Amino acid sequence: MRIAVCVKHVPEGPTRIDPSTKRLDRSGEGALNHFDANAVEEALRLKGDSDTEVVAVSLGPQKALDSLRKALAMGADRAVLVSDDAAAGSDLVATSRLLAAALERQEADLVLFGQQAADADGAVLWAAVAERLARPVISQAMELSVDGGSVRVKRQTEFGYDTIEAPLPAVVAVSDAINEPRYPSLKGIMGAKKKPQDVLSLADLGVDAGAAGEAGSRTTVLALGDPPARADARKIEDDGNAAQAIVDFLAEKRLV
Amino acid sequence: MSTLVFLEHHGNELQKGSLGVLARAASLGVGDVAAVIAGEGARALAAEAGTYGASKVWVCEDGEVAQPLPQPRVDVLAQVIDEGGYDTVLFANSVLAADVAAGLAARLDAGLNWDLVDVELRDGELVGKRSALQDSVYADVGWSGTPRLALFRAGSFDATPAGGGEPEITDISASYKEYSAAVKLVGQDAEESSGPSIEDADVIVAGGRGLGSPDNFTLAEELAKALGGAVGATRAVVDAGWYPYSAQIGQTGKTVSPKLYVALGISGAIQHKVGMQSSGTIVAINKDANAPIFEFSDLGVVGDLHEIVPKLTELVRQRRK
Ligand SMILES: Cc1cc2nc3c(=O)[nH]c(=O)nc-3n(C[C@H](O)[C@H](O)[C@H](O)COP(=O)(O)OP(=O)(O)OC[C@H]3O[C@@H](n4cnc5c(N)ncnc54)[C@H](O)[C@@H]3O)c2cc1C
Ligand SMILES: Nc1ncnc2c1ncn2[C@@H]1O[C@H](COP(=O)(O)O)[C@@H](O)[C@H]1O
Repeated sequence: MRIAVCVKHVPEGPTRIDPSTKRLDRSGEGALNHFDANAVEEALRLKGDSDTEVVAVSLGPQKALDSLRKALAMGADRAVLVSDDAAAGSDLVATSRLLAAALERQEADLVLFGQQAADADGAVLWAAVAERLARPVISQAMELSVDGGSVRVKRQTEFGYDTIEAPLPAVVAVSDAINEPRYPSLKGIMGAKKKPQDVLSLADLGVDAGAAGEAGSRTTVLALGDPPARADARKIEDDGNAAQAIVDFLAEKRLV
Repeated sequence: MSTLVFLEHHGNELQKGSLGVLARAASLGVGDVAAVIAGEGARALAAEAGTYGASKVWVCEDGEVAQPLPQPRVDVLAQVIDEGGYDTVLFANSVLAADVAAGLAARLDAGLNWDLVDVELRDGELVGKRSALQDSVYADVGWSGTPRLALFRAGSFDATPAGGGEPEITDISASYKEYSAAVKLVGQDAEESSGPSIEDADVIVAGGRGLGSPDNFTLAEELAKALGGAVGATRAVVDAGWYPYSAQIGQTGKTVSPKLYVALGISGAIQHKVGMQSSGTIVAINKDANAPIFEFSDLGVVGDLHEIVPKLTELVRQRRK
């Protein structure tokens, strides 16, 4: 079996939008989207000690290789990065097109996604990618098992819990409650460097530059502004007296 | 503009969120607004859609849409958009609607803006209003090309009847893709409603993964008891089995608005925020100074909850004596 896991490299720490491009400023430090560590972990759990191959796939700047290497250090077998200047600024329509093109060549039995990209908070990409791959999709999986030719998922919706089945090949997005991602071992980190890491351009994928980036997108950011500030918001650092400070605050508000 | 609103129903009830989006679309006052209802019992709900402003309702009761799964609905919507020629399609966010909207975006190569809190018309152009980066930035967003797809954040609009009349009802049937029809719902657990209700509590102490273990929920319980309140939880800890679903707050849990909300070890994801943001006063304890919850807390405390909460509970108890 082959499992592909889609992972995103996201900015670390406080993030900002660059007012000139109206895009997220990705120039600073980045890290593996922590929601995607759950997807990598799940792939590794399904692999166990079988000969299943786990491929980590990402679309992003060259620096996204750092996050792919983290997935390799956790135990993934190889990595594929789609990276091209013309792909920057891709929205859902364009991103799903590029990722689907990269995934198409992996011929994976199962494609896993994380719960959401911590920078975009879309929680939508898998459904778009599944549509392009013409495969069944199940989202928000909190329990997942693969049995013969099908995948079975338990997930939470607004109305309780559903158990859903789909035949393989399929696309599944996991929730952050599905597992506790492992930390890469030192051996894993050392070994990661030697694992195959392919970097693909749009040309490699056979995708026209006009179908990627802003040219290939169908949404635009028109203007940016600050949110209304909460005038009375206070933030304190615990110096040992935080409990007292909270009680004083509650007393002032007549809440205790 | 010709607008289509995706109405979601559960049992024989149309979901308030999607009726709110319908009412908002009708209130824009540009062109006709239609609705689509797909699933068992859809026809019986069509008239109600009329009272929220739909002049036409597309109804699909095919067996393929009997279960609450997204892909057959993409097939239905693609068909409705093709026959009705809609240039704008609106959804209220839900587990189901998000997957329908994104699948449809890919099917039609159509722009999808998500997490919108409102839309307006500016010089005849549709403009979406949203926040981003955990609500630290606000943005106006647009679409290039049609149809324009929009997914609204839960609770964006009140479902106020628009006083419309009898809608025209049209049956629709789709041809379903093999992969759409391949997914099957094989089991459903209804909501268990054990434990004290958090919906009417004046004070809620909510715990997240930062509590560290299920046993540590006693920290939240003790503090709640001292404050005379109830205990809530995030989805992360509910799905991990640390606390019952009936205590979950957020998009797929309950919406609460107590006078006081104390968040212990909760990051403050949007999906949690939509369930508690209208609380009177919000106090958060989190060891990560960058946690999004601090963006909407009245008092944010950066620190270790294991240090702070036992002391806090003790101080509250003393005060209450
Ligand atoms: C479709 C959908 C629906 C969803 N519905 C819901 C919903 O209804 N309700 C909901 O809650 N979520 C929901 N979610 C999930 C949501 O996105 C988050 O994943 C979830 O709310 C995170 O829970 P958490 O804050 O407990 O965990 P985390 O995000 O892991 O946060 C834990 C926090 O604890 C802090 N912490 C750790 N240790 C300590 C310590 N010792 N002292 C103090 N702080 C500490 C950390 O800094 C961190 O900020 C939904 C997601 C999706 C995609
Ligand atoms: N650029 C990307 N490259 C690879 N996977 C991605 C990328 N962006 C998002 N994903 C995957 O899609 C999931 C949902 O992302 P989103 O819909 O953007 O919130 C993430 O958890 C990742 O698994």
